[in-house]
Amino acid sequence: MIRLSPKLSQKLSYILLFMATILAIVPVLVIMFLIVKNGASAISWEFLTSMPKDGMRSGGILPAIVGTFAIVMCAVVITLPIGVCAAIYLNEYAKDNFLTRVIKLAIVNLAGIPSVVYGLFGLGIFVMFFKLGVSIIAGALTLSIMELPVIITTSRNALNSVPKSFREASLSLGVSRWQTIRHIVLPNALPGILTGTILSIARISGETAPILFTAAAFYVPHLPKSIFDQVMALPYHLYIISTQIPNMPKNIIYGTALVLMMMVLSISFVAIFARVYFRKHRKW
Amino acid sequence: MSKIVIKNFNLYYGNFHALKDVNIYIEENRITAMIGPSGCGKSTLLRSINRINDIIEGVKTAGEINIDGANIYDRNIDVDFLRRSVGMVFQRPNPFPISIYENVAFGLRVNRITSNKNIINETVEKSLKAVLLWDDIKDKLRKSALTLTLEQQQRLCIARLIAVAPRIILLDEPCSSLDPVATRKIEELMMQLKKDYTIVIVTHNMQQAARVSQDTAFMLLGKLIEFNKTDKIFTNPSEKETDDYVSGRFG
Repeated sequence: MIRLSPKLSQKLSYILLFMATILAIVPVLVIMFLIVKNGASAISWEFLTSMPKDGMRSGGILPAIVGTFAIVMCAVVITLPIGVCAAIYLNEYAKDNFLTRVIKLAIVNLAGIPSVVYGLFGLGIFVMFFKLGVSIIAGALTLSIMELPVIITTSRNALNSVPKSFREASLSLGVSRWQTIRHIVLPNALPGILTGTILSIARISGETAPILFTAAAFYVPHLPKSIFDQVMALPYHLYIISTQIPNMPKNIIYGTALVLMMMVLSISFVAIFARVYFRKHRKW
Repeated sequence: MSKIVIKNFNLYYGNFHALKDVNIYIEENRITAMIGPSGCGKSTLLRSINRINDIIEGVKTAGEINIDGANIYDRNIDVDFLRRSVGMVFQRPNPFPISIYENVAFGLRVNRITSNKNIINETVEKSLKAVLLWDDIKDKLRKSALTLTLEQQQRLCIARLIAVAPRIILLDEPCSSLDPVATRKIEELMMQLKKDYTIVIVTHNMQQAARVSQDTAFMLLGKLIEFNKTDKIFTNPSEKETDDYVSGRFG
């Protein structure tokens, strides 16, 4: 066994730890570089605002952008109220008993289920059992179920971070528990709930498996008219043009990936800015 | 009849027996101090008088606390209404992160006591005057309450209570985060308020109890050891533990 001098081992471990950090960000940078390099030439106003042409080998990706937007917005409208209500119940009302612990455990485990399982569940329940068909609403419901645990968890953390002393002050004025939540706890937890929501929007925008069987179409020549329509969606569209269509121009594939990536990144940035803003303006 | 009558009161945090058979008669328009070493149950007892302890999980009580002859631990008591008439001031000033005005108006608005603008304006002014804060801040009512000094914040918290017209004010070590000058001022305020309210104060500061209170309860390990006129407790206590504590031999 070789014994290194403390100085040398200090230096070596520093290098090792630094390299590990570099390794973590290298793939991200390479991916971004490749996508931008190969896809930037495809990006144009027309690409973003027109329908696909020539069996999707040229033209734009508007229906996929609109489709993803519709599914995700629908999912948020469904998830947010339910998730916040559940978080309020768990954080403010639920007693620490067996049932509550089972519910909390279930929420943690739901977050660990592979997304393709949600997709199949959505196919069975929403598409077939409730006869919603492959549609925006079926996809949104599937994404909602997948995102609910995340929204509940981030909302609970936000509610939990509101100081107990605010609650006590309000209660000792004779304000009821619910009014205390409504007028004191919720307003102060809102920034946290909001940033959590924006981040989960970013996350589900890129999901493919849950919408694969529930909402996404191979090709739809028009924009959706109602939430019961099938739509194209960016992640699924990307999968199709990369694997299912021969002689696909490379820059359109990368351009689509670039649009999806920019969409997710910009949503994440909104969350980051919102968090910085709220932290700076937080009064306690 | 005494304002607050505590009869054979017991409180458990889970299996921990925090208050053991406490009996106290608290009189109207006087300041009653509760003293004792940390963990003796004085804050727990105070927090039982407006049932703010109810929000802690695993709290169980036995015995009675009667206010104006009604047991507040009765099944059919309206806890929100009880807390409106038994207000509480906490260790650290805890104004809401909204304007000074909105802090004082909060109870009136949320409890739907009134929505009449003029009455709210009047009540805010009256309450701030009662805590001697009005002259200092009447021009900045719209500013955030957190711009005030700690002493002013504590006064604001008292004004916020007064606005909902309680009969009893409970103070849980209200000066523990204040400097001596601010402490002195809050004590003067308490002595002014006692003509309109029944005041109960928990303090770890024996000198404070001696300065402001007329009656003093000394507690130890969840038991009430002695309850008497403040003068008596500090000059000629009946119990040996009280004597040891007030003369500084332990605690």
